[in-house]
Amino acid sequence: MTKNSAWENYRSLTNARIALGRAGGSLTTSEMLSFRSDHALAKDAVWTDLNIEDLKEQLESIGCSTLSLQSKANNREVFIQRPDLGRVLNQSSIDLLNANKKQYDISISIADGLSAMAIQKHAINFLESLLPKLSSFNLAPISIINQGRVAISDSVGQLLKSKIAIILIGERPGLTSPYSMGIYFTYGPKIGNTDEKRNCISNIRKEGLSYEYAAQKLVFLLTESLRNKLSGVDLKDTFDNRLLKDESTEN
Amino acid sequence: MQYRHTLGNFAYTFPNLKTVLAKATAEKSGDVLAGIAADNEKERIAAKYVLADLPLSQFLEEMVIPYEMDAVTRLIMDNWDAKAFESIGHHTLGSFRDWLLAYETSNEEIKRIRDGLTPEMIAGLCKLMTNQDLILIASKIQTITGFRNTQGLKGHFSTRLQPNNAKDDAQGIMASTLDGLMYGAGDAVIGINPVSDNQQTTRTLLEMLNELRARFEIPTQTCVLSHITTTIALINDGAPVDLIFQSIGGTESTNKSFGVDEAILDEAFQAGTELDRGTVGKNFMYFETGQGSAHSANAHHGVDQQTCEVRAYALAKQYKPLLVNSVVGFIGPEYLYDGRQIIRAGLEDHFCGKLMGLPMGCDICYTNHANADQDDMDNLLSLLGLAGCNFIMGVPGADDVMLHYQSTSFHDQLYIRQLLGLKHAPEFEDWLRKIHLMDANGRMVESKKGFKLLQS
Repeated sequence: MTKNSAWENYRSLTNARIALGRAGGSLTTSEMLSFRSDHALAKDAVWTDLNIEDLKEQLESIGCSTLSLQSKANNREVFIQRPDLGRVLNQSSIDLLNANKKQYDISISIADGLSAMAIQKHAINFLESLLPKLSSFNLAPISIINQGRVAISDSVGQLLKSKIAIILIGERPGLTSPYSMGIYFTYGPKIGNTDEKRNCISNIRKEGLSYEYAAQKLVFLLTESLRNKLSGVDLKDTFDNRLLKDESTEN
Repeated sequence: MQYRHTLGNFAYTFPNLKTVLAKATAEKSGDVLAGIAADNEKERIAAKYVLADLPLSQFLEEMVIPYEMDAVTRLIMDNWDAKAFESIGHHTLGSFRDWLLAYETSNEEIKRIRDGLTPEMIAGLCKLMTNQDLILIASKIQTITGFRNTQGLKGHFSTRLQPNNAKDDAQGIMASTLDGLMYGAGDAVIGINPVSDNQQTTRTLLEMLNELRARFEIPTQTCVLSHITTTIALINDGAPVDLIFQSIGGTESTNKSFGVDEAILDEAFQAGTELDRGTVGKNFMYFETGQGSAHSANAHHGVDQQTCEVRAYALAKQYKPLLVNSVVGFIGPEYLYDGRQIIRAGLEDHFCGKLMGLPMGCDICYTNHANADQDDMDNLLSLLGLAGCNFIMGVPGADDVMLHYQSTSFHDQLYIRQLLGLKHAPEFEDWLRKIHLMDANGRMVESKKGFKLLQS
């Protein structure tokens, strides 16, 4: 309840906001501001637009060609209220993809999702870990999607005719995790695929999974997916077991 | 029946009752997403006019979801009480609203006619209500229940202590629980949302809470909010289950998406009745609901989300619950877009639940992608305090570190108690005094004696 020594041990047992003290019955100024400050970051993360030009420049600087796409959600308000529109591409994006279709192994999309700032912070750094590991694959140009949800990567993959569609996307901000990126992929991307066809690596952020770990895990899963020609619940995620085994043989 | 209203020189017609209800409902993003909402405010008010003139009896003629198609409709109609309806059978929705608002209409009169109402009548009525109507009429109604303490007395108010932990870590949960007790939270229930639905994990948490409660003789009830089938298995295994929890919805297919039906609820009710652990009362079921659940399960049959919600209350009512609450903003902005919609829905759910006779509380909450903030929650908390809401959530610092949403805090319940002079459940208040956590003026104190809780 108060910030005295009896509570110090208890605070170390949980990341919940306990032992905050009080002013009368209410929150003290410092705790009130601390909560509001965390919420401010989370809210800005949701409502900030993706800086597409900046992302494009950075991708080109690391040698990637890009395609700029837009979902049928034209702005943030629509995107938040109409998840259905965030899952489909607008017509000019469809035309652009049709003009670029070719048999690829893998197509990579980058979309704002619910935290454009997560993408702005992590997407390029992550790709710098990932792309060298994918040098043996035939990669499509990278699609940057404005106002996109996870399932939009199925349209991208289907139109580009890639065997696997990957999407890097901003995850819904938590109060203490405003900038978290998730990665989803499907084998045989097709409009109308549902979640059980997807594999997911989530919680890529400073306090969560590292770029290198996530990249290694993704490459492992992609290889398994291409070999077994499937993804989702049928693709067993044995990456961590393998890591353990590798470590034990090294020792 | 023709559903028709002329506004200016434009005649609005609606093909059926569920369309009138959907067009008349307060704006919600979920109804827009489902493609059933009013196109504009003129259409919305035209539909409200149609509702105002509709005889209550029309709701007995036309089902929004056919009897043959849906178990919840069957339950509603099979339990409708013709005798209770007699004295109000002449009303339209509009004149019935006026009757509810009349000075003379008290808790007792409402009780007498209650079983003659169907959820759809109440939903229709709700669409005619302003926010102040929702508050005023709800404040007339007391729904009193009991287990180890008494819930819902006028001038009293409770808190569910919600000590969730992202890893179901027993020590972390205990730290949050003790913190909450020091603020006087936990008289509605000490209830954990577990991460895992694993039976052994649930049992460990149940035993821990039960030991704490027994050791300090806390007159409250505990609950781990697992799926009801897990709870039934634990009861059969002899675990110390106080309350039986389940999320429910207002259509058969919504409940199917929750993995529950009447047979399972009946089985749980039977098991809880046999346990007979309540001391001051026999209510032991705990239900959570929320507008949008039928829509997100694609199980709404073209019925608006507020009407679906009230249908869930008809199901809840069968099991004489100790606690029912809408988790109003948890579902996200696709269903309730912003603070305004969340506040409206919170008031609607509380009003409709109370009119149905349920011990209604509210998880006043939002997610970070909703266009809402803690000030909106302050507003809804204040309004629900005025409306006589039975209980709210107490989450450490309002930040649920497991479910990743924001609710109300231990401090928030102290605020509303202080502002409106609301007391705890009486048995719990006696305990707070006995253990020297509350002073003679009903204020929380920081007592050295209280700290003996910390040695547990």
